[in-house]
Amino acid sequence: MSDRDVYALRLGDDALVLSQRLSWWSSRAPELEEDLALTNIALDQLGQARSLLASVGDEDELAFLRGDREYLNLLIVEQPNGDFATTIARQLLFSTFQLSRYEALVGHRDEVIGGVAAKAVKEVAYHRDHAVKWTLRLGDGTAESHRRMQDAIDALWPYVHEMLDADPLEAEVGVDPATLREGWEEFIGETLEDATLATPEPGDWRPCGGRQGVHTEGFGHMLAEMQSLHRAHPGATW
Amino acid sequence: MSRDWPLWEVFVRARRGLSHQHVGSLHAADAEMALGNARDLYTRRQEGVSIWVVRAADIVASSPQEKDAFFDPAADKIYRHPTFYEVPEGVEHL
Repeated sequence: MSDRDVYALRLGDDALVLSQRLSWWSSRAPELEEDLALTNIALDQLGQARSLLASVGDEDELAFLRGDREYLNLLIVEQPNGDFATTIARQLLFSTFQLSRYEALVGHRDEVIGGVAAKAVKEVAYHRDHAVKWTLRLGDGTAESHRRMQDAIDALWPYVHEMLDADPLEAEVGVDPATLREGWEEFIGETLEDATLATPEPGDWRPCGGRQGVHTEGFGHMLAEMQSLHRAHPGATW
Repeated sequence: MSRDWPLWEVFVRARRGLSHQHVGSLHAADAEMALGNARDLYTRRQEGVSIWVVRAADIVASSPQEKDAFFDPAADKIYRHPTFYEVPEGVEHL
């Protein structure tokens, strides 16, 4: 597979896996209104994933017939939803990164990558805004919501390193994540401060491997659920 | 949780030049969230270019009990309707 395809697949898998995780909230969010907000975000991510996957091969085959070791998404997007604060923390940390990545890819020489980026910038700007507002509300809310929001940020923090580490392939084809780190740290730092939350100290445990297809425990289960229908009824549509 | 979140009425302007129309209501903790929720609930299919949200509690409404006093007196005053004018030929928008 060409470096370009690997890169498109990485971007697409990030969006697809996050979409699948978020869609779990459909009918389960704390409010009907929030239910729809998260579903909209999931659908935006799915749209991005579809265009990117379709530029690499058959989108259904790629989504439904690859095993977990062939998925190239970052570990942070596959982390379980946890409580509502955990989902919001994942959204905050990842969409801030995803937005800056798409911003850097607008006008990319590859028609699909550049095109998806141009469209997704507006979508993900809203995703980040949604996450920021909830982070402020929960962090600067009650003692209970503050505790849960801080716990969620702390629990997901180790996974931001894989997301922001330098990557030669990505630097070659698209944008090196390491160049996005400074802006990311600044934005997240300010948001957490506004939300009366502490920015965690960088620890020694920095799990990685998502880009090589080595995933965390819950991923196989998530994938099995996502793929079961297509595997039982190949090509099923409705 | 719904018990704590106030009700908001949502008004959407479909296009420039039209007025805002009432489209429905929603629950939200504050004005900002109400705007966000209104965007997600009522403009998913590009229905609008502008949204207003108003706390339902802040709307002063006429009471159903006063319906007769409020509206019936207008019923027999047909001279208030602009039906006594001859419309000149060729006028399309009146």
